[in-house]
Order: sequence, then structure tokens, then C-alpha cells
Amino acid sequence: MFSDTPFLRGIHRLAVLLAGYVVLLITAGGLVKSLEAGLSVPDWPLSYGMLNPPRWWEIETVRAEHGHRLIAGTVLLLTLWLATWIIRREPRKWVRGIAVAALAAVLAQAALGGITVLFFLPTAISVSHAGLAQLFLCLLVVLAVVTSRRWVSGEGARNPAAPVGRVVPLATTTTVVIYLQILLGAVMRHTGAGLAIPDFPLAFGGLIPPRIDFAIGIHFAHRMGALVVATLIFWTLGRVMRLASQERVAVTPAWLLALMVLVQGTLGGLVVLTGKAVLPNTLHVGGGALLLALSLVLTLMTRRLDWIARQAGTEAETEAAGILSPEQAVS
Amino acid sequence: MKKNSFLMVFALIAAVLAIGCGGGGEQAAAPAQQADSAPAATPGPAVTGGGTVVGSVRYVNGDPDAAIGMDADPVCASLHPGEVHTEKVVTDDDGNLANVLVYVKSGLEGKSFPVPATAHVLDQMGCQYRPHISGVQVGQKLVIRNSDPTLHNVHARPSANKEFNQGQPFQGMELEHTFDQAEVMVPFKCDVHPWMSSYMAVLDHPFFGVSDEQGGFGIENLPAGSYVLEAWHEEFGTQTAEVTVVDGEPAQVSFDFSPDAVAPAG
Ligand SMILES: [Cu+2]
Repeated sequence: MFSDTPFLRGIHRLAVLLAGYVVLLITAGGLVKSLEAGLSVPDWPLSYGMLNPPRWWEIETVRAEHGHRLIAGTVLLLTLWLATWIIRREPRKWVRGIAVAALAAVLAQAALGGITVLFFLPTAISVSHAGLAQLFLCLLVVLAVVTSRRWVSGEGARNPAAPVGRVVPLATTTTVVIYLQILLGAVMRHTGAGLAIPDFPLAFGGLIPPRIDFAIGIHFAHRMGALVVATLIFWTLGRVMRLASQERVAVTPAWLLALMVLVQGTLGGLVVLTGKAVLPNTLHVGGGALLLALSLVLTLMTRRLDWIARQAGTEAETEAAGILSPEQAVS
Repeated sequence: MKKNSFLMVFALIAAVLAIGCGGGGEQAAAPAQQADSAPAATPGPAVTGGGTVVGSVRYVNGDPDAAIGMDADPVCASLHPGEVHTEKVVTDDDGNLANVLVYVKSGLEGKSFPVPATAHVLDQMGCQYRPHISGVQVGQKLVIRNSDPTLHNVHARPSANKEFNQGQPFQGMELEHTFDQAEVMVPFKCDVHPWMSSYMAVLDHPFFGVSDEQGGFGIENLPAGSYVLEAWHEEFGTQTAEVTVVDGEPAQVSFDFSPDAVAPAG
């Protein structure tokens, strides 16, 4: 069974490139926060009234903030290009809808970035800027996945008998929980609670903090969230290896997730142990984005394989009943 | 498809070029405004009569003022061949403490005082604020100047007054501001250079002073009467002392922020 959706290589490549570039942009945004450089360029959208402020590349804080703006500007242009291209060439209406949503998200994201600078970094705006960044990344990951050759080919599971569908609820849960965990982390960062529990892996020398206030509570919740995420990821990996070990599109992201969550936990511990050193603190933000993207790829691909298997089942039933099989759905 | 791939490469190159071509902007610095350079505390107009309060502030501990590294901006680092310090805890060998603001906290209620005609100047020099601690009167013109060949942002973070953050990308730039609410203190920071900090008291009278390198301060022409003085230090907090001023006679007050000091002598 093959669909008649064309594989548009250029669009797919641009979507993949852009998603990768957005992980870099999110990391650059993390650097701005790690250096507390968010207000080092006080105006917006210009920087010191100019397109590029003098010597911006030499000064650590301005390099972070202005560099973040330049990467963001490039992402905005690339998103505009990708969306236009998809609207012109993509036959699937819902894919065109996601492209428009991505464009809307990046515009809203730029506005949030400007507002947070002009209003001296209110926590709610900074956290929203961090949260919307990840949603924007998710939209690009969706675009990259659904324009991939494997997706549009309509090719089903390598082993048609494999119950790939049983990975779907777990993978979906993992993706949602990773997003919530990132939001917790953003609230922690932007309320200055990153060192509210000063030791690691223990909390004040024990398993649970002896007292809870907002800062300790949000920090501890993020640590517990990390355990939940790690558990879900290894559970997902186990299920993928058991039920879909021939599916490269599921196995690769599952293994990468398992590897990345270990790296991410180490980075998180280092943030505390180094007293928020800039390097681990920044990479930890990029790591979160990467985990979310990988988990979403796994979720989407297993959903796709499951959907194709169900369609095949329906078709077989229809044929068995002697009715003419309907045209394959567009997606 | 070919055409689109080509466009993609072109856009990437354009992006890289845009990032690479930093620092191209040229813009004339704002004309230097004539504002009288002022010492740590700009004295108000002569309030004749009254007495003078003189005093000293001490902090005996021996902890040296911490050094700052300015490597994050090579221009700042190049302006300081030697060590630079935070100016938070500045003492001489005898334990006299500088950078303490001493002002009349109460006793002037119901009185109003003319606003000085001279501007108070906060300079950014060597990637440090000059002065580190100062005071200004409500409604008095404040001139903030960038004397450095690098860029600064001036970020005032008051609680009663309005917060502001303005960029000064070029040497010689000045901006003007007036505060409309009394408040002790208004913190100033530069987000480009995280070590830069200054505190400015905004008062509705001219009776304040900042302790110098020898720990000495003076408040002149204070009308005869009884007052509560407050001494404010950024690390050690505040202390108060009562003082009675008699016409024509200097009154003495001293503060001691040493860890084992007893209550300040009035
Ligand atoms: Cu500065």
C-alpha cells in the first residue's frame, strides 16, 4: 500500500535543518539566561539603536543577547520561507495548517522576546518565551517528520505483525511529560531557584528536603520530574525493543532518548554542583529541547506505523467482505 | 527543487554574513551636555545658618575588598592594568569605612528645601560607576555619562520611582533623568558588565553625605533641632543615631559597623 502524497525532498531538508537550528537557538536563549544577559541590550527590536551594536562580538553578555537575536532573526526568515514553500507545494491541508501555525508561533515568540526585554524580564513573560520556544520546535519537528520519505511513502511496519501501536500511548505520555518537565525547569530558572537545593543528588543531605517553600518546592519538583522522565524513557525503550525491534524509525530515537536522558541528568547535577556554571547550565537547556524533539519523533513515527497497520486491517476486512476498497486516504 | 536548494544555501550564507558583520553601525555620539562634575554627594543650595554634623564610620575586620575580573569585555580589562575591586567594603588601615551614605532620616518633616540647580553626575569610567554611592534630591537633574570607549546600559532598579534601562553605546554619551519620589536606595546596574553597581539615594532634602576614604562625612547647614540620622551600607545594612544640632556648633556622630561593635555612639 502506497500513498500518492509526493515526497518533497527540499521541503523536508529545510524542515530538518530548521528544527536543528531551533535547538541551537533555544540553547543560545539558555546562554542568555545563564549569563543573566537578557537586559544587556536594553532596546528592541534594534540593539542600541543599531542593527549590530559596536564590538558586540567581543563582549560576553552582548554577544549572547545580540547573537540570540541574530539567530532568531534567521530562524524567523527560514520559517517564513518554509511556510511559503509548504503552502505552495504541499497537497495535505493539515500539513499546510501546521506550517501556518509554526509561522504564527515564531512571530508570537519574537514578540514575547521583545516584551520581556522592554518590561525588564517579568517572570511570566520569560517563562512563556521559554515554553513557546519548545512548542515552536515541536511544530517544526512535526513538519520534518511528516514530510519525510518514510512518512509519505505510506510504508508500514517492517514486520507487519509487530504490535507497534502498543508503544504509542507510552511514547505520547513521555513527550507530554518531557514538555511539562521543561516548563518546571523554566519556572525554576526564571525564579532563581536553580540552587534552592544546594546539594546533589541528595537534597539537604536527605532524600526529601526538610522544609518546602516555593523555590525549594519547584526545584525538588524538577528533580522528581527528571526521575519520572527517565523512567518513562527507559520503559519506552524496553517496549520498543520488545515490540518493534526491527523499526529503525522507532529504535534509533528510543536509544538516543535513553542516552540523552543520562547526559541531561548529569548536566542537571553539574548545574547544582558547579553553582550554576555557564556551560552545564546552558547545555542543560539545549538537552531538554533535544529530548523533547526525539520523543516527539518517536511518538509520531510509532503513531504513523500504527495508523498504517489499522488501515491495512480495515482494507483487508473490506476486501474480505467483497466491497471495493476505497481510495487510500491522502495522508 | 534545484532552485529552492540554491535559495536555502544562499539564505544560510546571508545569515552567516549578517552575524559576521557585527560592529558596522556608526552613529554620532550625543553632544556632550554641559553638566558640572560633582563629588560623591552633590550639595544642595546654601541653606544658611544651622549647624554642621561631622562624623566617621568604622568597620574593623580586615577583610579586603574583593577583586573583580573584567575579562568579559576586553576594553574594560585594558583600562585596568592593576587589580580592580568591588568598592563594596572599602576601608583604610585604621578600619575607617568609606562608601557609607549618612542622611537625615527624620526630624525635617513638614519642611521643604529648594532643588539644587546643579546636576548630579553619575559617570561610567573604567567600567565602574563614579561615584559608587551617592545622593540626589527629588527633582534634581541627574546626568548619566559614558566616559568609556565601550558600550554600557544604564539600568536603574528603584522601587518607588520608575524603573528604566537605557543603552549608551558610545563614549561621551549622556542621558538625563530626574527622580520624583524619595527613596533610599536606587540600585543601578549595567547588564553588559555584571560587576558594575552603584547606589543612589533620592532624598527630599539636601542633608546627606557619603563617607570618604578616611571614613569621614559631613552634613552642612542643618537647621537647629533634633534628628535621627541613618547610615546605610550596601553590605552591612543600616544604623541610626540621634543628634541634636545647635546653631553654629558642629555636632559629632560616629557609626561602627564592625562585627563586635556596640550600638553607635550618638
Ligand atoms: Cu557597563
